[in-house]
Amino acid sequence: METTFTPLLGLTGGALIGLAAGLFLLLNGRVAGISGVLGGSIFSARGDRAWRFTFIAGLPLGAALGTWLTGDALGFAIASNPALLIAGGLLVGVGTQLGSGCTSGHGVCGMARGSRRSIVATVTFMLVAGLTVYIARHLIGGL
Amino acid sequence: MKNIYALICGTTFGVGLAVSGMTNPAKVLGFLDVAGHWDATLALVMGSALLVSAVAARFARQRGSTLLGESFALPTRRDLDPQLITGASLFGIGWGLVGLCPGPALAGLVRGNVELLIFVGAMITGVIGYRLAMRILDQGPRDAGGVTGSMAS
Repeated sequence: METTFTPLLGLTGGALIGLAAGLFLLLNGRVAGISGVLGGSIFSARGDRAWRFTFIAGLPLGAALGTWLTGDALGFAIASNPALLIAGGLLVGVGTQLGSGCTSGHGVCGMARGSRRSIVATVTFMLVAGLTVYIARHLIGGL
Repeated sequence: MKNIYALICGTTFGVGLAVSGMTNPAKVLGFLDVAGHWDATLALVMGSALLVSAVAARFARQRGSTLLGESFALPTRRDLDPQLITGASLFGIGWGLVGLCPGPALAGLVRGNVELLIFVGAMITGVIGYRLAMRILDQGPRDAGGVTGSMAS
């Protein structure tokens, strides 16, 4: 599925993501990194779990609202190969825990704080993801 | 109250992901595919998110405490260890294969899409598997270490 450049929605949605991360820092004093929140929701001490569950529950709630607001103009298309989905999911799960963050934790929150680790991590996963897509689509083809 | 704040922030985050189109894996892959029909949207999403959260981070640093007067619980590590690079690389491969990172994957659950459910199931398995392995190796989860009340980074 080819998608089109949607600058206004992109800037608006991005500002909302930044607002959410900024508010979370100012109110709860924490990084709004989804992989970290998710990992901790399973493994943190009992008293440190409730806010993680409510944060995660908010994501699909907000997505439903955002999809409704935009009339689902941006669409949805995902790979159908189960092996690819499982491999991708496992790599994202393990990689974000080993690398201490994902697009939100490193890419938005960490870089906003000027963290050197986050800048290096973001540049790394961006380049590797781009290279992966290049190999999958243009060298192997079909993905 | 903090659980309510987390719900509000998570919901706002989810609205932002959907409005920006980042909940559509095809759109993310369209950005990562610079040699194909390039969709630059993700760069603007990340840029504006970064700008807004950087203003908040600057304000937070100047204040020295949260709006509730509490100390921050932020990562303080500065070292670039092999785990950071390896982890980011593994994540990059997974992200490039499907076009989903953790936020959009969890936010997209609202669609009830089977393929997305398979991805999220595998992702959570990866998270649990890694953390259990680290617990057995007695190293502890990496992002839980080095957290103090300082804004220094």
